[in-house]
Amino acid sequence: MSTVIEIDRLSKSYVVPVRGAGVRASIVSLVKRKTRTVEAVKEISLSVEAGEVVGFLGPNGAGKTTTLKMLSGLLHPTGGTASVLGFEPWKRNNDFLRQITLVMGQRNQLIWDIPVIDSFDRNRVIYRLTREEYRERLDELVELLELGELLSKPVRNLSLGERMKCEVAAALLHHPRILFLDEPTLGLDVSMQRRLRTFVEQYNKRTGATVLLTSHYMADVEALCPRVVVIHHGELLFDGKLADLVRKFSAQKTLVLELEESQEDLSRFGQVVSQEGSRATLRVPKQDTAEVTARILRELKVQDLNVADPPIDEIIDQVFSRGMA
Amino acid sequence: MLVPTFTWGAVMHWLRTLQAYPAFLRISLLSNLQYRASGAIWMIGSILEPVVYLTVWSTVARSQGGSVGGYTPEEFAAYYMTLLLVNHLTFTWVMHEFQYRVQYGHFSFALLRPIHPIHEDIALNLSFKAVQLAVILPALILLGLAFHPRFDLDPLSVALFLPALAMGFLLRFLFEWTLAMAAFWTTRVTAINQSYFSVQMLLSGRVAPISLLPSWVAAAAGFLPFYYASGFPVEVALGRLSTDQVLRGFGIQLVWITVAAAVISLVWRRSARKFTAVGS
Repeated sequence: MSTVIEIDRLSKSYVVPVRGAGVRASIVSLVKRKTRTVEAVKEISLSVEAGEVVGFLGPNGAGKTTTLKMLSGLLHPTGGTASVLGFEPWKRNNDFLRQITLVMGQRNQLIWDIPVIDSFDRNRVIYRLTREEYRERLDELVELLELGELLSKPVRNLSLGERMKCEVAAALLHHPRILFLDEPTLGLDVSMQRRLRTFVEQYNKRTGATVLLTSHYMADVEALCPRVVVIHHGELLFDGKLADLVRKFSAQKTLVLELEESQEDLSRFGQVVSQEGSRATLRVPKQDTAEVTARILRELKVQDLNVADPPIDEIIDQVFSRGMA
Repeated sequence: MLVPTFTWGAVMHWLRTLQAYPAFLRISLLSNLQYRASGAIWMIGSILEPVVYLTVWSTVARSQGGSVGGYTPEEFAAYYMTLLLVNHLTFTWVMHEFQYRVQYGHFSFALLRPIHPIHEDIALNLSFKAVQLAVILPALILLGLAFHPRFDLDPLSVALFLPALAMGFLLRFLFEWTLAMAAFWTTRVTAINQSYFSVQMLLSGRVAPISLLPSWVAAAAGFLPFYYASGFPVEVALGRLSTDQVLRGFGIQLVWITVAAAVISLVWRRSARKFTAVGS
């Protein structure tokens, strides 16, 4: 395995003008400009090996997209260094650009009024693919993403999901070694999200490409990313396996019970999350799990008992709302 | 790099870049065909403008006893009809477009492509011109019937017209692309654009052939780029210039093309850096 991305204390701050509301404030700001510095990313360091799939997690404005933009060469950092495939990304060397791709969920690079296939052809010449390479990759992507009948349609006639599939295909025709995917599933329905996820997974396995992905949807990250990076207020909170994140931040376990008789008051065992008929869900502190489970089995007639971590969304939510533990 | 440096690698790079043009032209032609109707409406303005000036100057010439500044009404007709064609083939809209591109972050994708965005702009411009010739050519025929132009075309003038036109196109394109980059530095480029278009209007030969302008204005126009993208090719075609004037004109065209290309390649990286500092 070789390191393809190496980031050292990468930072990005913006200077933004501060101006109050109203005419008076705007006249004042003509003479005396007030600004403040917003630190979008603060000294993030990490390295990524070839073939890894890394998920960036964080609430809106955490700095995930800013980080991805710096790594793809769209933003110039204000501090620190980054090396991607041996290049300094923001110099945007053509040899670097030919090996990466950036997909931004809500922006499109396909040409609006003409058939999809013509936008693909444009990428063929931009990335200098031979006709054989192009044909081969196009066939592959058409098959994997089921694009067949979309190719001849103008982009404006596609649904959001169809368009996103075509965006992804356009972004991969040149077989990039690194994929930066910024919210690739934003706005898509559940089945389309799943399709795209499966595709990214297959693509990674097939080509060994490295994938850096940001997403609001935990399902994306859970399904795709063995490694997660949690960013909050521009700082790196966690970098490691998803399971370790859960272990580290989850202070509770969830018990799901199937009882023989219903209507039992269960609050003496822990916090009751839900209780419907004979089925109940409890939340108990992690360290008490064994003891509570034993008591339940002793005192109640249990048909089925299942101990699990709380849904990952909840854990992440807790992490962000209480900040770094 | 836009300024050619003659190393083997640079030549190869240029050849490979040129290979993108057939596809760019084909694709932009498709886009432009989608907008042929709205484009045609847009053309009405470009057709009306020279007609207005032609009418005014013909009236002046008649009232002055048949000619003014060496132009008879029939020669004015030839001048403005040729100008209509030349102006159609050399005009650009990049200055309007840049502001929009910067504002809405359309440059993000352009920056991440391993090819300079100017090439696609050139292709888009050329294909638009080709499509809209379908409006311009019939308009020229109608104007010919209405204004009885007098063309004294000789083969040499026509042969010289082609390089003058091609360089005029390149000159205007590069020059306006250079100015358009101002959009990276200020969000209020409309003021810059407006001043540019006023000066361009006067000094390019659109209001009047520059020989009719006050001598100091005509002298200034002789050095500035505007005339060499409009009035100059027209006067070359109509055989109104001496061999010396034609050669000097080609020289000045080349100088301005080189200057604009150099400025673009120097400023482009800086403006891209400015853009990437702000983000989108």
